[in-house]
Amino acid sequence: MKQIEFLLNGNPICVENPTPDCTLLDWLRETRNLTGTKEGCNEGDCGACTIMVTDRDGTRALNSCILFLPQLHGKAVRTVEGLRGPEGETHPVQDAMVAHHGSQCGFCTPGFVMSMATAQHCGQEADDDTLAGNLCRCTGYAPIIRAAKDVGQTPSPAWMADDLSLLQQNAIESDTVARPKSSDALATWYEKHPTATLIGGATDVGLWVTKQLRDLGSIAFLNGALDLKEIHKTENGLQIGAAATMTDVLNAVKPLYPSFAEMLRRFASLQIRNAATLGGNIANGSPIGDSPPALIALGASLHLRKGQTRRTILLEDFFLEYGKQDRAPGEFVEAITIPHQPDALRCYKLSKRFDQDISAICGCFSILIAEGRVSAARIAFGGMAGTPCRATHVENALLNQPWNAETIATAKAAFTKDYTPLSDMRASAEYRIMSAQNMLERYFSESMGLPTDIHEVSA
Amino acid sequence: MSVAKSLPHDSGSLHVSGEARYIDDIPTPSGTLHLAFGLSEIACGTIDSLDLGAVRSADGVVLVWSAADLSPMPDASPSVHDEPLLSTGEVHYVGQPIFVVAADSHLAARKAVRKAEITYRKKLSIQTVEEALSADSRFEDGPRIYSKGDAKQALDDAPHRLQGQIEMGGQEHFYLEGQAALSIPQEGGEVVVHSSTQHPTEIQHKVAHALNIPMHGVRVETRRMGGGFGGKESQGNALAIATAMIASATGKPCKMRYDRDDDMMITGKRHDFQITYDVGFDDTGRIQGIDFIHYTRCGWAQDLSLPVADRAMLHADNAYHLPNARIESHRLKTNIQSATAYRGFGGPQGIIGIERVIDHIATHLKRDPLSVRRANFYTDFDETEDVQTTPYHQPITDCVINSIVDELCETSDYRTRRRAIQSWNAENPILKRGIALTPVKFGISFTLTHLNQAGALVHVYQDGSIHLNHGGTEMGQGLFQKVAQVAASRFGVDIDQVKITATDTAKVPNTSATAASSGSDLNGMAVQNACDTIRDRIAEFLAEKHKTIPFDVLFENGNVFVAGTTYSFAEAAKLAYENRVSLSATGFYKTPDIKWDRIKGEGQPFFYFAYGAAVSEVVIDTLTGENRILRTDILHDAGASLNPALDIGQIEGGFVQGAGWLTTEELVWDNRGQLRTHAPSTYKIPACSDRPDVFNVALWKGENPAATVYRSKAVGEPPFVHGASVLLALSDAIAAVGNGNEYVALDAPATAETILHAVNRQKQSA
Ligand SMILES: Cc1cc2nc3c(=O)[nH]c(=O)nc-3n(C[C@H](O)[C@H](O)[C@H](O)COP(=O)(O)OP(=O)(O)OC[C@H]3O[C@@H](n4cnc5c(N)ncnc54)[C@H](O)[C@@H]3O)c2cc1C
Ligand code: FES
Ligand code: FES
Repeated sequence: MKQIEFLLNGNPICVENPTPDCTLLDWLRETRNLTGTKEGCNEGDCGACTIMVTDRDGTRALNSCILFLPQLHGKAVRTVEGLRGPEGETHPVQDAMVAHHGSQCGFCTPGFVMSMATAQHCGQEADDDTLAGNLCRCTGYAPIIRAAKDVGQTPSPAWMADDLSLLQQNAIESDTVARPKSSDALATWYEKHPTATLIGGATDVGLWVTKQLRDLGSIAFLNGALDLKEIHKTENGLQIGAAATMTDVLNAVKPLYPSFAEMLRRFASLQIRNAATLGGNIANGSPIGDSPPALIALGASLHLRKGQTRRTILLEDFFLEYGKQDRAPGEFVEAITIPHQPDALRCYKLSKRFDQDISAICGCFSILIAEGRVSAARIAFGGMAGTPCRATHVENALLNQPWNAETIATAKAAFTKDYTPLSDMRASAEYRIMSAQNMLERYFSESMGLPTDIHEVSA
Repeated sequence: MSVAKSLPHDSGSLHVSGEARYIDDIPTPSGTLHLAFGLSEIACGTIDSLDLGAVRSADGVVLVWSAADLSPMPDASPSVHDEPLLSTGEVHYVGQPIFVVAADSHLAARKAVRKAEITYRKKLSIQTVEEALSADSRFEDGPRIYSKGDAKQALDDAPHRLQGQIEMGGQEHFYLEGQAALSIPQEGGEVVVHSSTQHPTEIQHKVAHALNIPMHGVRVETRRMGGGFGGKESQGNALAIATAMIASATGKPCKMRYDRDDDMMITGKRHDFQITYDVGFDDTGRIQGIDFIHYTRCGWAQDLSLPVADRAMLHADNAYHLPNARIESHRLKTNIQSATAYRGFGGPQGIIGIERVIDHIATHLKRDPLSVRRANFYTDFDETEDVQTTPYHQPITDCVINSIVDELCETSDYRTRRRAIQSWNAENPILKRGIALTPVKFGISFTLTHLNQAGALVHVYQDGSIHLNHGGTEMGQGLFQKVAQVAASRFGVDIDQVKITATDTAKVPNTSATAASSGSDLNGMAVQNACDTIRDRIAEFLAEKHKTIPFDVLFENGNVFVAGTTYSFAEAAKLAYENRVSLSATGFYKTPDIKWDRIKGEGQPFFYFAYGAAVSEVVIDTLTGENRILRTDILHDAGASLNPALDIGQIEGGFVQGAGWLTTEELVWDNRGQLRTHAPSTYKIPACSDRPDVFNVALWKGENPAATVYRSKAVGEPPFVHGASVLLALSDAIAAVGNGNEYVALDAPATAETILHAVNRQKQSA
């Protein structure tokens, strides 16, 4: 990129020759002396660096530590320094946080304040969900939630509205750093630069830079390609563009597959979901990505594109082995289609911490029962093998069998034929197998109407 | 009077606006160098070859130092000179600093350190308790043993006897602001160090030693930390020394802040413990004799491990009277990060030991654990009865635990809920609930007696504004505000008239670490002493002027009243100034009545005790071990609170941190001795939704019988222990799976995985 433009706390800023992998956080702190935004982890996990970003699609909270400058082109950025009103008035969220003793050491506070102000700006009351991506080590969160309740749904101050019409400059691309405006433009550029790094939300790539200190080479930012973000119903199913964010995906699947949506609610944090794309979650090939097992259980297919050549494969066939996917150089993920079907999907994500954690395992089950027997079963897991993959032996043990405890017991035993998981810092192999088996039991118990969800219990 | 008011944190409005400055926010002169350490990749061995050529030629690099460049090698240890700043050939853990790079940016320094080529000659490392014991790898020549009565005889005579063991993991501090220091060279070889430290004097001392200059040549300033929790008591030394030395060598300001992963790889954590017990008791569960053995992995260097392990022993009784007790403690030297201070300083680990014992006894006797707890509590103090003593022979003269527990049982509806949970569990095969009440009695004072002192410096200006300084540091706990409230109260002025300034070794010398919960006790008293000196001078002067006695001069509501005349405080100050009355004073305080022999395990290590109790209710999923805290009620004794809102903040925050330690916060080292959980992606502190759904915290209405500042009590560490109620509630929920014959024996952290294993053990025995 040779030039980008965005609003910073209301004022248009034009950055010439931005370092393409310079994070917004470093730029704010080191170039602009805006040190209110903090670095707590530099990897998207703590929220101390939270800022508010507005574009045509609306306003959302993002982590500035894994957000590259070019991703901001055409948007409005508001940092904690931009919360005060024109006369120096404090923002209602700031007042509430002081009144309720919501800060102790104060280091997490700017991030919380930004998450809360953004929620308020979007007409929501900040809650456990909105704040799952903000860690506080001091307060135990109670006073912060009291402050959030106090702010409630009072309207966001007028001065928080950003006027995107103040932006006039076009982004000027360079040969090695592109921001294609459509899937077609991306296809053409990527064919010419087949070894380039594609950046969706940068929630993986960001860490390559901030933690692995990697050099990204040529880069294409996908967030300018509006057609890649589209989500619509087709004849075949629900088609989701590769650059749709997890937040958009969550909203789209909620009415159709509520358990998928509930699992996505626990996908990272709001800040991450607001950036992360579905395409990135699939293309990274991670064995512990959360959307693949659910999508595989739903029988989703993947649309790949290289230049003018398009092909569609089953998502489950995309993952060849650990670190290897069925994707050629210069080929990218264009979209995903979830076929229409009756909803029998249950997604069980198991992680050390309930919110904002990577899965130890993620089990997704879609089992159809007709006349007391299993008529169809698709079961897929993440975290059980080198790739997200199906539990075919378990499926076969279920198929055409009566839907009862005996069948479940037999099918549970088949898990060891499907998977030989590893032990790591998230879980032991033994625990992975045991809980995968028990997830099938949970699915069964749930279908029998037994309470199985700890979130439905209250004191 | 501003004392006892729930005023907001003094920096609250600066926090929310982002204006509050931490080390990395301080504007630095151009030319500032940024430092990073190159770290060892093996757990034990020696460096064979160290090729730093590529590091030196990396972009932006200005200077690279390894052991070859430093003689003598400065020491970073807070205790026994066993932590060379950089490895001098021996490598003791994965993450040990081997060389340091100074570059023109933080990123350039981080990139450069990765270019080193190091080869090692590996030695067998010592990781586990068993390995350390069999190699006799330890600090001190043998175990410490404290005892009272005759534990062996009492065990032999007791009607019931049980043995068991509990393991509890360590804990990463995860202060949100990582370690950081900025050193600015001054004329004449002096240096000013801005450090995110709980112990500016220690930083000053270590830097002066490294630079080989007197302490007066080093000024250390600490305005605030973005969290400390003990992790900045000694762990900031290395950054301060490195920046100061390179600043002094290059004449350029030097800054160093650890990247989060580096921070977690380099710095020490809470000590993990393995505690075995042998306990004898009667039919009501009353303990007659107990024998504990503590094993703790101290890591590669001594740091503060001895007093930490001592404090664990000193809390082996928690709130229970143990007539015959023996506690043996092994401080093991292992090839991991050097474990360090962490909120509670070993106390919580000692307490978890006895709480486990009580829980085990209750299962054995098939009684409500609360009844076993009550059977063992120290009696609330009553002059007519014989005084009970702790296992280290300190008389307990301030116990209120029985009254606290009675009240908490009522307010939390413990009994009814316990019954309701039992019937709920009978109907629910998959989900199980559990409830537990745990007490805390926490000893207040540094066990190293000489540390129990503090100084203050107070100036009153001629306009009546007050400048306040003391030796304590602000890490979020609200110390500055509490102390300012004391000052405002002494002068009878509004809190806004008091300016609290950064902790500065040039203003108050020879300070102790802000630790052991003692911050407001010590510094509040020192400030009170300084304020009273000035106030008495003003009073004396006005009394003389108005021909009355100083006693009749009153400082109230921003005014000074004397013999029918009212001055505003500002007028009084101005008048005093014009009459050549000194309006500046130092203050000093040392805690009375403490003495302690840590070798014998006898004496009066604590000035007083803080008490409290918590009830937590949890639910577990017996298929996966997933769990949640449904409700927690806490009643905590902060004496006559200096600031109830800040104290409640410490209790809420301490509880959640304690619950995190015992549940999701798992440190995992692999078999090469490398810490695998070195970032928040793998090390999980509680998130927002992990706090209890229903969370009731109240302060016990009481006064400290000990003569503390305004009769308040220390509140930093004790509430951390309330997290124990979660571990024991989980144990209770797991027990609901079994038939009551096999004890749950839940280790910590009780991750979902640990819980599922415990559930399966119950299923198998049922
Ligand atoms: C704090 C944190 C928490 C997280 N929690 C979770 C979690 O709970 N569950 C989970 O599954 N993941 C989690 N992640 C991982 C990450 O957020 C997801 O994998 C995310 O979906 C990646 O999307 P992205 O758009 O940000 O990918 P990017 O970082 O932009 O890209 C990821 C990879 O995909 C490639 N890529 C991107 N788009 C395309 C495309 N259209 N075609 C071809 N290649 C493409 C990139 O080149 C890169 O190799 C977490 C990450 C962080 C930082
Ligand atoms: S710094 Fe932690 S999320 Fe960005
Ligand atoms: S106030 Fe210290 S981390 Fe939140």
